[in-house]
Parts: sequence; structure tokens; C-alpha cells
Amino acid sequence: MLKLSNVEKSFAGNDGLIPVLKGVSLAIDAGESVALTGESGSGKSTLLHIAAGLEIADQGEVVIDDQELSGLSESDRAQVRREKIGVVFQQFNLIPSLNVSANIAFQARLNSSFDAQYVQHLAESFGLQDQLNSFPETLSGGQQQRVAIARSLAARPKFILADEPTGNLDETTAASVLDEMLELVAKTSAGLLMVTHSNTVAARMKRGLHLSGGHLA
Amino acid sequence: MNTLTRTCFVALFSHWRRNPLQLITFLTGLAIATALWSGVQAINSEARASYDAAAATLDEGQFDQLLASDGNGVALSTYIMLRRNGWQVSPVIEGRLGEVRIIGIDPLTAPGSLTGVELNEQVSLNSFLGKGAVLTHPETTSVLSGKAFEQLEIVTNRNIAPKLAFTDISVAQRLLGQSDFSRLIVSNMQPLKRPDLSSIAPQLLLQRATQSADLGELTDSFHLNLTAFGLLSFAVGIFIVHGAIGLAFEQRRGTIRTLRALGVPLRRLTTLVACEILSLAFLGAMIGIALGYFVAAALLPDVAATLRGLYGADVTGQLSLRPEWWASGLAIAMLGAALAMAGKLFSIARMPVLASPRPRAWAIATGNTRRWQAASALLLAVLALALLAYGSGLTVGFMLQGCLLTAAALMLPLLLDRILSFIQNRSNGVVSHWFWADTRQQLPGLSLALMALLLAVAANIGVSTMVSSFRLTFVEFLDQRLAPELYINVQNEEQSKAMDRALSQNARETIVIMSERAEVAGLPVELEAMRVGATHRQDWKLLEGQTDAWDSLEGGSGVLANEQFVRRAGLWTGDDVELPNGSKVEVVGIVGDYGNPLGQLYISEKLFLDLFPDRFPLRFGARTDDPKALRETLNAEVGVPTSAMTDQAAVKEFSLQVFERTFTVTAALNVLTLSVAGFAMLMSLLTLADLRVPQLAPVWALGLTRRQLGRLELLRALALAATVCLLALPLGLALAWILLAIVNVEAFGWRLPMFLFPWDYTKLWFYAFCAALLAACWPALRLARTPPNALLKVFANER
Amino acid sequence: MNVRWFLIFCVLPWAAFAQGFAGLGADADGFSLPTPKPKFSFPEDHGPHPDYRIEWWYLTANLESEDGRDFGLQWTLFRSALSSDGAEGWNSSQVWFAHAAVTTAEKHFATERFARGGIGQAGVVAEPFHAWIDEWHMKGIDFDNMNLVAQGNDFAYNMTLDAQGPLVFHGDQGFSVKSAEGQASYYYSQPFFTIEGTLELPEGVVEVSGSAWLDREWSSQPLSASQSGWDWFSLSFDDGAKLMGFRLRQSDGPAYTASTWIEPDGSTQSFENGVFSAVPQNEKPVAGRDIPTLWRVQLPDKGVDVTVEAMNPQAWMGISIPYWEGPVRVTGSHSGEGYLEMTGYE
Repeated sequence: MLKLSNVEKSFAGNDGLIPVLKGVSLAIDAGESVALTGESGSGKSTLLHIAAGLEIADQGEVVIDDQELSGLSESDRAQVRREKIGVVFQQFNLIPSLNVSANIAFQARLNSSFDAQYVQHLAESFGLQDQLNSFPETLSGGQQQRVAIARSLAARPKFILADEPTGNLDETTAASVLDEMLELVAKTSAGLLMVTHSNTVAARMKRGLHLSGGHLA
Repeated sequence: MNTLTRTCFVALFSHWRRNPLQLITFLTGLAIATALWSGVQAINSEARASYDAAAATLDEGQFDQLLASDGNGVALSTYIMLRRNGWQVSPVIEGRLGEVRIIGIDPLTAPGSLTGVELNEQVSLNSFLGKGAVLTHPETTSVLSGKAFEQLEIVTNRNIAPKLAFTDISVAQRLLGQSDFSRLIVSNMQPLKRPDLSSIAPQLLLQRATQSADLGELTDSFHLNLTAFGLLSFAVGIFIVHGAIGLAFEQRRGTIRTLRALGVPLRRLTTLVACEILSLAFLGAMIGIALGYFVAAALLPDVAATLRGLYGADVTGQLSLRPEWWASGLAIAMLGAALAMAGKLFSIARMPVLASPRPRAWAIATGNTRRWQAASALLLAVLALALLAYGSGLTVGFMLQGCLLTAAALMLPLLLDRILSFIQNRSNGVVSHWFWADTRQQLPGLSLALMALLLAVAANIGVSTMVSSFRLTFVEFLDQRLAPELYINVQNEEQSKAMDRALSQNARETIVIMSERAEVAGLPVELEAMRVGATHRQDWKLLEGQTDAWDSLEGGSGVLANEQFVRRAGLWTGDDVELPNGSKVEVVGIVGDYGNPLGQLYISEKLFLDLFPDRFPLRFGARTDDPKALRETLNAEVGVPTSAMTDQAAVKEFSLQVFERTFTVTAALNVLTLSVAGFAMLMSLLTLADLRVPQLAPVWALGLTRRQLGRLELLRALALAATVCLLALPLGLALAWILLAIVNVEAFGWRLPMFLFPWDYTKLWFYAFCAALLAACWPALRLARTPPNALLKVFANER
Repeated sequence: MNVRWFLIFCVLPWAAFAQGFAGLGADADGFSLPTPKPKFSFPEDHGPHPDYRIEWWYLTANLESEDGRDFGLQWTLFRSALSSDGAEGWNSSQVWFAHAAVTTAEKHFATERFARGGIGQAGVVAEPFHAWIDEWHMKGIDFDNMNLVAQGNDFAYNMTLDAQGPLVFHGDQGFSVKSAEGQASYYYSQPFFTIEGTLELPEGVVEVSGSAWLDREWSSQPLSASQSGWDWFSLSFDDGAKLMGFRLRQSDGPAYTASTWIEPDGSTQSFENGVFSAVPQNEKPVAGRDIPTLWRVQLPDKGVDVTVEAMNPQAWMGISIPYWEGPVRVTGSHSGEGYLEMTGYE
């Protein structure tokens, strides 16, 4: 269970602090998929970052599997990230110095859940078997996102947090990447929180949340 | 300046206002590169400028001398008669007053600058002649007290050896109570016509200049070392300037793009950027020249002392602002800046107006560049080998050095990539795998800095090896040549015989010193008589010799030759030479003879006397455990004045002290070059820092802490530095070898043996590590403290 | 000879002189000073005057070989007193030095000697006249008939001098004023020597003959500090008349000039500041500096308006005190030959 309670977050602006999240609470169970929508600048990404332990909330609690993140040291938070969270971003997901197979295996190796067969399986599922030795810079955008998603799955996280994973792709590619992603996530028991501005994408999730004026609706 | 230009300029310059640290970095980079170059140049040109004066400095052995064969000194009337007949000679009175050796000279006729001290520096001719000034070392002042000195003006100068005092000849006459001159110095410049000595002063004996003091060539050798250092610091400096300019461009790529997009003409923009960079380069260079001046001023007294003490060459020890060095410093900085800028301007010109504003690595070497570098390196290496095999001459030596350095630098990125890939393939952990892969990816961006580090470390290894080898060799040489504890001069045959008898009874061993110029194998040589004894057999190190060399020499069937002679004559051990009387003898060994331009053959005393039956030794060396007692005994038994006997220990000690100063200079230059290389690294790392964020952000997001990443960055710098240091060792040794075995032989005809100094190299490595560590600290710390926000921005949707 | 060596000794910074000779006689105290209306006494006054600070015997000659080639020759002996104490022997405060040079169309040979006084290495005796330093000398039974010898390491000469006219006195009967402030020296010349002898040069031995001009001058006074250098001319015209003129370059105004017109019979007329004029027409790079080697020289009172051109522009004396000194050719209202000396061109 990934649970946020009364999370508040502000950023420094030109005229003092600008509150972005004003007491947000949400809970995602294993196997559940949730879409998070909202206007540009409404704080969707911030909420996702906080959920992933990449950023710290000013107020409120973030609990992943009974662990409260804000009370942890940076290295403990990093460990939670390694072991329980998979992240997929809109861009710059990949480590440019490593090839595709090393990228897919990276987090899995970090948290010692590496399983060569599973990695192979994921690569095949995403149609990446011929690209395993290529470097990210030689891949198309769709392929790069497929690698990123495969990587997040390879580490067997409890939750996958995705921030507009198909936002940078053309419509056709976006649709097929999303299909592949949802299909494979469904095979695991991972919970999925996906930030998106597309209603089509949101509609594919089990549940939808809308962030507006710092509050969830 | 029109509005457009001004607006652009303000936009460009606002970058520096907002990032003063970058401006400081840029200026500092240029300044220290210029400082290093101009510092070395300053020392060099100052030393060279003083060289002519140095060559003319009065020195015991530098000039031929006239001595009275009856041992009674030279009368004033004889001196005047010689002068009136055109002989350019100058009188010298020498004697002891207590512990102090008093040397009286005539400043008006003495050749050269006499005392090693320019008279007008401290003493006018007026006071030297009129008031009786005495020039001496500050520590000797206390000894020069008492009634005799009351009326005299004591002037101290550290350039004069301790326990030595120079004064006008009339003062010396009074102090020593002696009217006749000890000897006359024969100037090297003589008029067109003058009668033979035998026809006007048959009572005088012409004693040729001795080789021991003829060390002018060693001075040149030292200059050469400094020149080599200058060359290397130049190379390192160019790298820095290049790096600094690259940094300035990369940081403002976005601004430049925007300005173009807003309609600023390309030509205007490039002109503006060029003006801006060149003005900044000028500023940096001026700061560097000022810095260089201080560096040189701080080092020069040591350099001066080194040259003077070691070689008897005179460098004033005061730095003047010579145009050749500050102009060259400025030229290097500006030229380096212009060169580096040309490439960048070219890339601006080619950059599409709407190219991505994101900075791209400024020196990402494509496969093409790398191939091109490797090909050039290979070509240079082949050229170096060809030069080594077929070339000769000093220029070739330096060219060889240049080829080798450039080839090594060009080869470095490729070599490092291979090494890193090797390690990467053998690393197991996921983090270490990524670490090495990432390090490889940094290589193109860091390669300039790493090349600079390679050159700096190699240069330091090379120069340290050379200087230390030089010292070791020279100390050994001094030990061997200045073995006798006491040297005794006698005036005539009768005294010579008596002295020989007295020495055989009172000294442990007698060394006779007799030489004659002759022609052997078509070359002018000095034939040196040698009475082979324990000193020779034990202390003399032969560069090469037959096992029974000393026996053959003693028996008269063999001769020893110095290296200069055999190299010039194309002979080697085992070859025969024909002596002036037609007899053939075998070269049974070769001795190192540093700083001597002349060929020399050592023959047995008996053989010498067969060749020159009229000769007898006028100079002896004595081995003894108690020089003081021996001096008194000889004075009592043979009647030779104690002033004619010199204790060589003090001379030797002084020479050795001077070497320590050479090391101060070398060490200082070591630290300087390494700090320059460290700075190059710092700048490269800073340039890369912004580019690194997108590369590191995913790793962080996947579960590595910022602190871990910072530690890894530091480790990376150290790993690269370590690899470069290892690679620098063979390069540095190759450089040293070229300097010692090729350049030195070409320049002076003798080869310096090369020794290895692992402890020195270890220390150098340590310094290099420190430099790399210091350089990497700040960027690593910055990374560890990057706010998560900055990392997250990479992923943000709204960019 | 004129003001020239005053400047060297007194005005020019001593750095220009041999390094190591700084402060040579910088103080005029204790020395005698020249006074107007001098009464010379010969032959005594041909000899040295040790109670004056500086003094010289200065000979220049224009020579021609049998095959028509021109040469210049210089022989100069200087005396300088470090103090006026008159000490003898080793403690003598007299310092002597000498310059010798030979100029050909292509080359200039120059050398110098130094000696301390009191020990016989150098000196001057009035009768029979004998001036010497080392093996160099100028000597004869009297001042009218002398033998002249000097050598360096690449040249040598041995000449005979024979005076064809009387001594000539400059300024007011030999009292020659050197500046507007009134500094002065005693100054007379023998400009009527014929000279012949041999030059030994790297190219071989050359027999030469021609005319020579000998200057005698002594004083103790420094010149004005605002005088930066001078240009001195001794010209012998084909009609037998001669002209000595000098131009002291002032840093604070027009040059100070003075001159003496010498008739063929030796009678003279002196001209005060401003009458004589010499204007550079052209400069040549010499020893790393620019030296005017072409001049327009005028003395309107005698109808003189001539061009003076160096025979060899490279006649640079690159010795302890560097200066330019060499033979010149004269064309224009009068034609002839002579010598030019220029100092202070840094």
C-alpha cells in the first residue's frame, strides 16, 4: 500500500512561497492502477516525485509498505526507491553510458532481484531483443520508453510511478507503448500511478484522480 | 558602438556578471598558464643574458697564466714590460691572512668581470681604487677585523665564496706585505702582434688554462634543462588556454543562439565574441605575467646561485623586465586564445539558428576524431623513430622530444578508452560496471585536461630524472677529480723535486698534475700524466674499461681517454691511438669528463716524461688524513708558502650545497606545473558538471544517493589521474633519456648516465594525485549537494 | 677637440660607461678650473695636467691608399683623475684609457685599452713628446714630428705625423665655453698634420697617406645636465681652410653651437652660439639605433653651406663607451673631407 496523507508542498517563487499541494491524501493498493490528471503546473509531477521519495513533502506522511518516507535518511529513502519503486519519466529515463540490456537490468541489479530470464522476457515482450547491445542515443523515442518501462518492471517494484510516459511520443506509438505497458504491469501485482493529461490514457486506468488548486478531486 | 552592438555586448557580458566564479576561473586558468611559461622564460632569459658576463668571469682556471719559474713572483717591471710589448695580462696577488684567502686584482686590466660581482652593483671603481674596498661574503666579515682593515670599506656579497676576499691589488700588497705579483692572468683577447714570451720574459712560465674550472658548458647544459622545462610548460599552458576558452563558449551557447535567433548578424556576433575573449585573455595574460615575474623573482636567486656556485657562471640574481619573456608570455596566451577561439567561432558559424539550446559536450570526440588522433599519433611516433634512427643534431633532439610528447598526448584518449573498457568488461557489480562505462563516456570531455596532466607528470619525471642523474654523476665526478685533500703549487724544478720527495714521506699518496697539449688522431687533446695509485684504482669510475685497464696504463701500454675524445675520434675501448712520438698505445678505458670541451688522454707519468722530457709537475695533489698538519710540514720542509696549498674540501662542499638549490628550483617548478594541470582538470570537470546532470539524474532516481554519486565522481578523477600517472612514467623516462643521451651528447659531446629515482616518482605521483583530488573535490561536492529539484527538472514535462 | 668627453665624463649617465666604472670623478671639488685669457706654455702644456679632472690627446685622420681607397683613423688617449690628491705610484688616482679605430668603406675596426696611473703602464711626457698606453704610443722629438702606433686583435697601424702649420686656439685664445651656463675648457688643436704609414687589416697591409687633426683639451667642469649629446665636426676644405664646429643637443631648447674658422695660414675666427648650424638630413640604423649620417652644415658668415656625409655609416665604436666616430665627405659650397663624432644616441 502506497499512502499519502495530508501532503503539503510549496516552492519558492518571486513573491514568497507558492503552495502547490495543499493537503493531498491518496492510497494505492497493489495491483491497482490510478491516473492522475490536472492542468499544467497543478503539481501532478510534484505529487508523483513525493510519492517516489524523490522529493520530500513539507507536511503530511508518505507511507510505502508501512515505511514512512519523511522520517528516513537520504540513503534509506534511496534504498526504498531501489527496492519498491519503479519510475518512468517522459524523457531522459536512460543511462546514456550503458547499453539497452544493462539499462534494463540496472535497477534489478541494484536491488539484487536480477533475473536474466525475466529481463529477456521483458525485452522480448517490448520487441527489444535486437536492440540489447545498442546504446540509448541510437534508439527511437518509443524504444527508449519501452526500455525505461522494461527497466522499472525488471526490478519487480511494488509500485510503478510514471510521469507522462508517452507524452513525448506520437499518437500511434503512444498507444502501442501504453498497451504493452499496461499488459505487462497487469501481469505483476504492482500498483501503478500514472500522471497524464490525456483523458484517453486516464480512461484506461481503474481509477482517476484530478488535481486542481492543490487538492485532489 | 551602436545600439545593437552594445545590447549584444551587454547580453554576452551579463553572463560573467551573473557567474563571477566562472569569470575568475577563466582568468585564473589563463593567468597561471601564462605565469608558468613566463616564469620559466624569465629565469631562462635572465640566465642567458648573464651568460656572456659569466663566460668572462675571472676564474682560477679559465685563463692562461704566467708564473715566475724561480718561484719568486712576478715583478712590477716585468708586468709593465709585458704590457708595453702588447701582452694583455693582468696582475694578481694572492695570499692568506689567517683563514681568509685575499685576492688582489687590478680592475682596469683584468679580463672579464673579475670577482663574479659587477663592480658598479655595490662598489664604484673610485672606492675600489681610491678607498680600498674589500669584497667578501657576509659570513667572512667577522674574520676581516683588526688593524689592517680599519681604513678599508668592507662590502659584502653572497655571490662570493666564503673565506675569500677580493680587493685592489695595491691594498692586497699592503695587507699581505708582498710587492711582487703571484701571477699574471693572460686575457683571451690578444692584439695582432706581440713578441714571443721567451724573447722578452724568459723567466716566466706559461700555464695553460686548466679544465677543472672550464665549466661553461655545464652552464649551457643547465640552460638546456630550463629550456626543456619551458617547452613543456608551454605545451601544458596551451592546453589550459584551450580548456578555458572552451568552457567560456559552452557556458554561453544558449545566449549566443538566442542572440542569433533575435536577428544579430553572425559576423557581428563572432567579432564581438572574439573581441571579448581576446580582451579577457589579455587581462589574464597580464595577471599571469605579473605572477610569472614573482615566481621567477622568487626562484632566480636560487638559479643564480646554482649557476654561479656550480659552474662559476655569473647571473646577477636580480630580475629585469626583459621584453623577450613578457612579450612571449603575452604572445602565448593570446595565440593560444585565438587558436582555441577559432575552432569555437567556426562551430558557432555552423550552428543552426534554432539548434537545441542544451549544451552539448564541447569536445565529444566522434569516432572520426579519434581515428584522426590515432593516425596522427602513429605518424608522429613513426617520425620520432625515424629521427632517432637517422637524425642527428641538437634540433633533431628537440624535435624528437616534441614528436614524442605530441604523439603521447594524442594517443592518450584512445589508450585510456582501451584500458577503461578492459576494466569495465571485468567489473562485476552493477554500480562499478556503470561507473567504468560512465568514465569512458567522460573521456572526450576530459581528454584535454588529462593530456595536460600526462604532459605535466611526464615533464616532471623527465626533468627530475635528468637533474638527479646530473647530480649523482657530478658528485661522483667531483669525488673522483677532487679526491686529494690538499693541492700544492710549486714554482720551479727544484721545488718540484723536493715536494715530490716530501710528499712520498708525509702523504698517503701523491697525485702529480701535469699536462701538455698535443694532437692525437687529428684532434687537439690534452695529454695528462698519471701516477696510478689507490685513488685512481678505487675512486675513478670508468664508463667502460678493460679489467686490467689500470695495470696497462701504469705499464705504459694503455691509455685512458675521456668520452669527448673517443666520441669525436670515433674510437672506443680496444682501439689504438698514435701518440705524438709515433708510438701506438691502446685505449683501455673511457672516463666520464663532464663540462670539459677538450679531448683528454691519460697516460702514465713515465710515458709522459718520455714524450716531454723537460717537464716536471708544478702542481701536486696529496691524500692525507690531516691536511692541516701536512700543510705545515710541507711549508717547513720544502719552504713552499702555505698560500700555495689549497684545501679542496671547502670548494667541494660549496659545490655540493649548490646542488640543493637546484632542487629547490626543480621542486618549485614541479609543483607549479602540476597545479596548472590540476587547474585544467578542475575546469574540465566544471564544464562537464552541467552536462552531467541529465546523465546522473536517472541513476539517482533509480536509487543511488547524491552523496554516493559525488564520491564516485571523486573516485573517477582519481582513477583517471592514477592511470595517466602510470602512463606518464614511461613517457617521462623516455623524455629524460632523450635529454641525457641525445640532446646532451649533441650539445656537449658527453652523455650523462641515466639513473632512476623511484622515490622521487612516488612523490610526484602523490602530488599529481593531490592535484587531481583538489581539482575534483569542488565539482564532486557540488554534485553531492545538487538539490533534488535540479535533478528532477531533467524529467520535468514542462521544460 | 671639444666638448665631447666632457659629456661622457660629466653629463652622460655613468651606466653608459664601462660597467664597473660608476662614479668615476663625479665631484669637481679640489680640482683646478679653467680661467679666461689663458697663457699656454709649450712644450709643457702638451703634457698632462693632473690637477684637472679630465684631459685628452685626440687624433683623427683622413687617409687614402695608393689605389685611391679612402680610410679613416682614430687614436685617442684619455686621462681621468679620481681625486685631486696627487698621490703617486700604486696609490695614484689617475686612470688612463685609450681608443683606436680604423674605418674602411665596408668595415669599422675599434678597440680600447685601460691602465692605472703611477706604475708606468700609461702616461704622457711633454718633452721629448711621448704619450703611451701599453704598446700604443704617439711620440716624437717634438709635437710637430711624431710616430703613431696602435693595434687591436684584428687591425694595427704605424703612422708618421708631420705638422705643416701652427697650433690653433679655439674659443677665446684657447678658453672654450661649453654651455650657456658658462662651463668651459682649455682647447687647442694641431689641424695641419700630414700623415703617412701602413694599416694592417684582415685584407692585408695597406700603404696610406693623408691629413690628420690633433685636439688637446682639459678641464674639470661638468656640463649642463640638460645637454643630452653632441655632434662634432672637423672639416678640411680643398681650398686649405678648415672648420671646427659642434652642436650640443639641449633637452630644454635649441642646440648650443660654437665653431672656429681656420684660414690656410692658421689664423682663426671663433663664432658664438647660434652662428654655426648642423641639421640632420637622413638617419641610418646603426648598432640597433638610428644615427644621422647625412648632415647639412652652415656657417653663413663664411659662406659655408655644405652636405656632410659619412664615408661608412657603420663607424660605430662598440666599446665600453659606445659612440659614433668616422670619416666624412663634404660637398656643396665647399668640398673636402673631415671627421664626425656623434654621442648620446641611445
